[in-house]
Amino acid sequence: MASIKLNKVVKAYGKVKVVHGIDLDIGHNEFVVLVGPSGCGKSTTLRMIAGLEDISGGEVLIGDRIVNDLPPRKRNISMVFQNYALYPHMSVGDNLGFGLKIAGQSPKVIAERVDEAAGMLGLSELLDRTPAELSGGQRQRVAMGRAIVRHPDAFLFDEPLSNLDAKLRGQMRAEIKKLHQTVRTTIVYVTHDQIEAMTLADRIVVMRDGHIEQVGTPMQVFNHPVNTFVASFIGSPPMNQLPGRIEGANVVLADDSRVPVPPRLMDRVSEGQAVILGIRPDDISPLGHGLGMPEDAEQVATLELRVDLAEPLGMESLIYTSIAGQEVQAKLYGPRIVQPGEVLTFQVALARAHLFDAASSRALEVA
Amino acid sequence: MSTIASRAQVRRRIRAVGLWLTTFLLMIIICLPGLWVVLSAFRPNREILAKPPIWVPEQLTLNNFGKIFGFGAEQVGIPVLAYFTNSMIIAMTSTVIALIIGVGGGYAFARFRFRFKNGLFLGLMLFRAVPGIALSLPIFILWSRLGLIDAQLGLIIVYVSLNVPFTIWLIDGFFRQIPISLSEAAQVDGCTRWQAFWRIEFPLARSGIAAAGVFAFLTSWNEYALASQLTRTTDSKTLPVGLMDFTAQFTIDWAGMSAMAVIIIVPALILTFLVQKHLISGLTFGGVKG
Repeated sequence: MASIKLNKVVKAYGKVKVVHGIDLDIGHNEFVVLVGPSGCGKSTTLRMIAGLEDISGGEVLIGDRIVNDLPPRKRNISMVFQNYALYPHMSVGDNLGFGLKIAGQSPKVIAERVDEAAGMLGLSELLDRTPAELSGGQRQRVAMGRAIVRHPDAFLFDEPLSNLDAKLRGQMRAEIKKLHQTVRTTIVYVTHDQIEAMTLADRIVVMRDGHIEQVGTPMQVFNHPVNTFVASFIGSPPMNQLPGRIEGANVVLADDSRVPVPPRLMDRVSEGQAVILGIRPDDISPLGHGLGMPEDAEQVATLELRVDLAEPLGMESLIYTSIAGQEVQAKLYGPRIVQPGEVLTFQVALARAHLFDAASSRALEVA
Repeated sequence: MSTIASRAQVRRRIRAVGLWLTTFLLMIIICLPGLWVVLSAFRPNREILAKPPIWVPEQLTLNNFGKIFGFGAEQVGIPVLAYFTNSMIIAMTSTVIALIIGVGGGYAFARFRFRFKNGLFLGLMLFRAVPGIALSLPIFILWSRLGLIDAQLGLIIVYVSLNVPFTIWLIDGFFRQIPISLSEAAQVDGCTRWQAFWRIEFPLARSGIAAAGVFAFLTSWNEYALASQLTRTTDSKTLPVGLMDFTAQFTIDWAGMSAMAVIIIVPALILTFLVQKHLISGLTFGGVKG
């Protein structure tokens, strides 16, 4: 159990920088998820913490030790790999106990710890099998068990669920969360899946192009994205983003239609400023079919919109429409069926709408 | 309906039989010379040279073997045992050395990034493309200066250099199939890079290394052209070169020669059978998601 600290960490391959001096403090027992599109440097960052990748600049601390020059085996961390990386020529039991055996633990201690981990993960019946005889979910569990038995200072997960099918992924996600609650250890978890990030993390680190864009709790990142990238990356379906210009108390969109400036942001805009209006699909709904629409009329805008396409999902439907010539996704709550071509009155929850400066893409409010 | 089904069945049957027959014929063509050699090893010279040929042996004998090993009434003055020992020492030593270099080189090419890597690899392959016999004259001159003519060491060096490109190439391929994450997982689990290699990657590449070893051994064991030029006496002559001892000015002792050919073939066969399991088994399946 230890904290992890990154100070101005840089990774470069020759002249190509892939991680540009990032700073990050990961607390004791904290579950931190690094999330971002592929190529954003999240896996490289994790591998630098693990010691599998040289650090080109800056410092990595685990606990209060600078580990830059320590090999992986001296960092007391364990890692779960995307492809599980189980040793194919060893039984499940040997896979679990391998690290302890290398560390020179007695067979008795090894057996105890392997049994403990196997019990925790429901692997007790499988100890004599080889990895080839296991299902994907079981292999994933063995990989996690191998990480647990060593009682490391921190767990590192590198996209551990991306090889599983959707149903299994949901189950394993819950197991990882449970695991964190039982073993209470610092976890750094890399994924490109924002749902995993939202559900698992104590704090989310959103990365892009080797930079950290935002660090915050899942709700902070969801409710107060600092820029348009985070706004579109976190949340599914992604936030609608409509370019416009400030005129008085309105945002004037491309087709000269007007949406009032969200009242809380009135004093942050200046006349004529080019902005991007961000509205999550959940915050645009047909009248009477919204969820948690503000009661204050000032906080709600009303628009007549034509439905282009509707995807019924049971108790809700995803509606594709357009505002100012741009495709927009909206949500309809309730079992109502909508036909394409229908014109409906939509409400926009301005209280939850966002404004970004068009030039810098940065949010106009400070979280 | 039933006639159509049965006609299709018949057609399939005919195809199966046709395939089987073709395979059989091909195998006969491939195996017949070998079989003839083995048969001749157990027949008297008289029967081997009979005209018209005697296809089915009328008389089987172990005399030919007794003869070349110096038992029995007839004796041939050929030091088969010395040749056998030379062959064993030279083939074994050169194989072990080629494997050590091959494992190291194959691992390096599969895992590390270094300058001129592609050029070096291509160079090795090109070297492999040069027929050994084309180098015989330069090697002969060089070896004679170095005093390596008619020495086991001389042949060992030649065979190592003949085999190394191939073993590196083969073993490199096997290491490439083993995901790097296995070695990384082992290192995170507490291994040094060396331990990760020995405990994880080496056992997984075992089948490839065994295959490379068999090929290297067979190359050295069977090689004739270079050995015939670089050896002179029982100090270094190998079995294939020794075969020529059966040719005299006017006669060839086919029976003795065949018996010795069998002695050459048997160890190679035994070795191939022993490592067959390794050649086939794919150990890497299952450890990682494919």
